[in-house]
Amino acid sequence: MDWLFFGEVSLAGLATGGLYALIALGFVIIYKATRVINFAVGEMMMISAYLFLTFAGLLDWPWYVSLPLAVIGGSLLGGVIERVAIRPMLGENPISVVMVTIGIASVLIGLAEMLWTADPQLLPDFLPGEPLFIGEMYVAPKSAWAFIIAACVIAIYLLYFRFSRGGVALRATASDQAAAYSMGIAVPKVFSAAWIAGAFAAAISGILVAASGGLSPQMGVVGLSILVIVILGGLDSILGALIGGLFVGWFETIAGTYLGGEYRQLATFSLLALILIARPYGLFGTREIERL
Amino acid sequence: MRIGDAKTSYIADEQILDTPVRRAWFTALLVLIAAFPLIGNDYTIYLACLVAINVISATGLNILTGFTGQISLGQAAFMGLGGYTVAVLASRWGVPFIFTLPLAGLASAAFGVLVGLPSLRVKGLYLAIATLAASVILHFVFAHWDPVTGGIGGISIPPASLFGYVLDRDRDMYWLIMALAVLACMGARNLFRTRVGRAFIAIRDRDISAEVLGIDLLRWKLYAFALSSFYAGVAGGLFAYFFRVVTPESFPLTMSIFFLAAIIVGGMGTIMGGILGAIFMTLVPEALRFITSAVTPFYPQAPVVLSPMREVVFGLLIVLFLIFEPHGLAEMWRRLRRFFHLWPFRT
Repeated sequence: MDWLFFGEVSLAGLATGGLYALIALGFVIIYKATRVINFAVGEMMMISAYLFLTFAGLLDWPWYVSLPLAVIGGSLLGGVIERVAIRPMLGENPISVVMVTIGIASVLIGLAEMLWTADPQLLPDFLPGEPLFIGEMYVAPKSAWAFIIAACVIAIYLLYFRFSRGGVALRATASDQAAAYSMGIAVPKVFSAAWIAGAFAAAISGILVAASGGLSPQMGVVGLSILVIVILGGLDSILGALIGGLFVGWFETIAGTYLGGEYRQLATFSLLALILIARPYGLFGTREIERL
Repeated sequence: MRIGDAKTSYIADEQILDTPVRRAWFTALLVLIAAFPLIGNDYTIYLACLVAINVISATGLNILTGFTGQISLGQAAFMGLGGYTVAVLASRWGVPFIFTLPLAGLASAAFGVLVGLPSLRVKGLYLAIATLAASVILHFVFAHWDPVTGGIGGISIPPASLFGYVLDRDRDMYWLIMALAVLACMGARNLFRTRVGRAFIAIRDRDISAEVLGIDLLRWKLYAFALSSFYAGVAGGLFAYFFRVVTPESFPLTMSIFFLAAIIVGGMGTIMGGILGAIFMTLVPEALRFITSAVTPFYPQAPVVLSPMREVVFGLLIVLFLIFEPHGLAEMWRRLRRFFHLWPFRT
């Protein structure tokens, strides 16, 4: 076995995993606060990436203007989705809410095809391109930068939720909605904030993913990997999302490199099936205990 | 004129066709279905067959998701299993049509039980993702187990033949598919008058209470999985005979979502819902295609703009129905019927 190659592949996998972890984090925040599984996460990433493409590629604005605008646009989209489609579904059964997000995903794909056509496109380069070496291992510069950015954003998220008022409100809402309400926390505002925060994570990672992998309306399929990650880590566990993200990113890349690209999804989903049999609520998820 | 109900026995209350009017309408419907090929052209018959196949599969999913409360994102994969079973049996071993279709159902049912096994430990969305995992694995097998499934190219299937009569046109398949669809719906409708169906409903409504009442949860959940996948397998088998070829792309993941959408739009937990939903969701894309071709002469850009429109409409339908009419088309149908029952009083 060629350990140098293995190391390079692993690093590439971990870089993907860092992005996955960021998206999974956004996903978990939405789930923790609102108990909504967001099947549209991949499509939200895609729309943000297209926004960036429009600002930076078609309008030719510099990246430091386009990037924040695209991220803000993507976050707003999350807020709008929550307000228009998720809020009226409060209290409905989970199947219905999941189906709403699936419906939204379909709408977003259709809109993207109408506005930006179905053909794959390339984002303009905005990440530095000098090759990087760790020891002797070559790391693709784009994925390295993507990893670093993702790691910074994750760190900001974690600090924010640990120390800010908003973070406390979110954690309070997550642990007991009724109690949080009665303590004067505006739960609906927390819901909106959680969706905006989730969409923010999706927007950043969408642009980063598209920067190295190209962009098409079908990009949202990445969302499936994210579902695997959050189920693997436990739906409501931030730690699980981070570890699961890194692990699934690494595992997918290793499986894809050594077995062939078509094995990527098979590997992750087989892993998922095993995890579900052994630990039904994921590695770090809260086990729902039912009593009579 | 009939106003309201006055039933004096439980049996009368449980009757499916409880009034002469209803019986008359139902007979009229059956006659219409049977006589349709005499008035329809090739295209409408093709559509009718497609609708009927989808009705079978949607009814199957409705048994599992609508009545038993187990979400499944694997219906298309179960159909695929049925389709491939038919394809392998018919094209490789020359098994006659009479046997392939039930065998397709049984193969799917067996796999359904396997997928249902975790259903005691995992619930709700975790289960949905587990079925998703099963369907991804199954799709991989379809696409890569070349010696049996023919890989990406798929398998082509000899036409079905019944009592020496070869059914190689849509028109010939029509009666068979319709008969099976009617049978499937009647079977499902009847099921929910029996203890099996009641157990399913009890599990959906509150699984712990059902268990206290003496319903063995795992056993009945597995029955629901088996039954629902049996329907899917038969539908998939018919699908295979209808298109005469199966490939891994015949049963994509979006098809599972299509069926979930169909029972939501139609109305979860009612047989009528599965039927109406499947009809509606199959015909809406056709209607959009029709509009596209009608507009194209005046507005040549139409196909480019309107074909993504299908995706938007599909999504919007799901979202709008869930927000504004959560009980689906079946509820609208019930309202309509109630109006005629109670007229001239306000409903």
